[in-house]
Amino acid sequence: MTDKAFIRLENVTKVYPGTEEPAVAELDLEIPKGEILVLVGPSGCGKSTTLRLINRMIEPSGGRIIFDGEDVTTVNADHLRRRIGYVIQQIGLFPHRTIAENIGTVPRLLGWDSARVDARVDELLEMVGMDPKIYRTRYPKELSGGQAQRVGVARALGADPEVLLMDEPFGAIDPITRDRLQNEFLRLQSELQKTIVFVTHDIDEAIKMGDQIAILREQSRIAQYDTPEAILAHPANAFVEDFLGSGAILKGLNLKRIGDLELTEIPTITAPVSRDAVLQAIEKSIDGWALMLDKDGKPTRWLDRTALDRAEGLDEAGQRVRVTVEPEDTLRDALEKMLLSVTGCAACVDPQGRYMGGVRLELLTDFLQELQRVERNRQAAANA
Amino acid sequence: MTVATAQKTVVEKTDAEIAAIRDRIQLVIPPAMFLFLLLTVGAVYFYSEFDGTTADILSTDKLIGQFRSHINVTMWSTLLVVGTAIPLGIALTRDQFRKFAPTVVGFANSGQAIPAYGLIIIFFTIMGRGTITAIVALTVFAIIPVLRNTMVGLDQVDKPTIEAARGMGMSKREVLQRIELPLAVPVILAGVRTALVINVGMAALVFLIGAGGLGETINSGLKLQRNTAIFVGAALVALLALAIDFLASLAERYLKPKGI
Repeated sequence: MTDKAFIRLENVTKVYPGTEEPAVAELDLEIPKGEILVLVGPSGCGKSTTLRLINRMIEPSGGRIIFDGEDVTTVNADHLRRRIGYVIQQIGLFPHRTIAENIGTVPRLLGWDSARVDARVDELLEMVGMDPKIYRTRYPKELSGGQAQRVGVARALGADPEVLLMDEPFGAIDPITRDRLQNEFLRLQSELQKTIVFVTHDIDEAIKMGDQIAILREQSRIAQYDTPEAILAHPANAFVEDFLGSGAILKGLNLKRIGDLELTEIPTITAPVSRDAVLQAIEKSIDGWALMLDKDGKPTRWLDRTALDRAEGLDEAGQRVRVTVEPEDTLRDALEKMLLSVTGCAACVDPQGRYMGGVRLELLTDFLQELQRVERNRQAAANA
Repeated sequence: MTVATAQKTVVEKTDAEIAAIRDRIQLVIPPAMFLFLLLTVGAVYFYSEFDGTTADILSTDKLIGQFRSHINVTMWSTLLVVGTAIPLGIALTRDQFRKFAPTVVGFANSGQAIPAYGLIIIFFTIMGRGTITAIVALTVFAIIPVLRNTMVGLDQVDKPTIEAARGMGMSKREVLQRIELPLAVPVILAGVRTALVINVGMAALVFLIGAGGLGETINSGLKLQRNTAIFVGAALVALLALAIDFLASLAERYLKPKGI
């Protein structure tokens, strides 16, 4: 028992009335403070049930739940839940309440005065990247799926709870938006340092989001509980190996983020610019591509010599920048995006979309070779 | 691409316009019908030559008295319906009482299955003549639309919305008051409107047990074969029903929570 555990489930069991087999059987689980613990497993393994036992949306049939040193197994469940943020896949925004009212729900339940609630709502909207002036008075039906999920997260953070429970929060969102929301959420978490329990059935998402991962099998038995690195390098048993599936090396790309790498310099020019300046930039480039930025520093076009010779005006020359990567993107996300890029190189941008540096395909292949080497050593060690 | 977008915009605009026109029609037609009928009745009432009997049936004092008792019976029975059916509907959608729902709804349904006329007579044999009997009979008859709509309105609230509310620490009572009931308001109001319209019509029958109402004028006209009296009585009932239905439609429109 480490003192790092913020929430501890001790011997927790859930048996639904009328069934003999428990849905969750004698589970011991430690949830580390200030980190993201991902519960991942095949459907029906009891991971959602486990999550809902923590805030007692489902009452345990046996065992104890220790929350910050306090036994909360029998305290008033409503009061307990006001201290725990809760995000579900369907979000469940209140359609008859404005965005501001939705986000202010828990603060008002706790009896904050309206000035304090208002200030908190604005702060949270800004935190999730939505302009309070525009969105405060809107209703949920006016939001896109991604915006609604941002509001869902903001609402869960309403009264600044220490713990956040998230049940497949990005499960119903299209892949591109999901990717962006995951990145935004990781950025937020690096500032907030909340204790988070995150349920997913997607091992790639688990590796990307988790500081710790608990792989669960039926009845919420823990098949392996470790860091993503350790699970990928040393699957504890056949169940975990099966669950990780093939392509463990590719999954390893989820472990590293663009921000962990040293970005390469791409010669850039800022529009408006003369043809000669563009030529100079292209000369400097290793692979013959230069990147055009607009006046805000956002990448707009890729230019090479042929493109420059062919085009009439500089505005039309070259290829439009269609994909960019962000520091929170994993190498796997980046690889997928770079395969779409004409230049074999992707521009990395900050949250405001401004150019930060370049990522070349070689960076990824180097990292893959490193992973491959580790994997070979592991297999050699296993065979010996 | 541009063409497609442009076309789409045009279609959407037309859709919105059609909806707006439909909306305006709903707001305009009932008052127009009301006005037309009112003018016709006014013309008949003030410009036809009445014989003594007709004049007696249509005397202002009698009409005002019947009008009052008609509204009285309608209003009280509807209030009683609202006061019983909504709490009952709420109770029957709570987990601990849900098992009684089929039984209660079955009883309420049989109340409406009995013809209105028969129901009034049944209550007359139990409770005797008078306004109170009439109000009770009408209440029983009109309870089902409000009960059913309350239950449907509460049950159709999106489950994840309730789950999110509970997960944030709202008690069951707070979820009911702040989430479920507001979201069920449009459906419940539609039920109340139906009950009102049923009761306005039914109140034309309660003269049978001495509870007054505009049915008296129609009945006297029929018995004494005075067509003008029959027309005025029937038209007054229709005017009242139109007015009440229109007011209820306004209530539905403006009491609906924003955002849904």
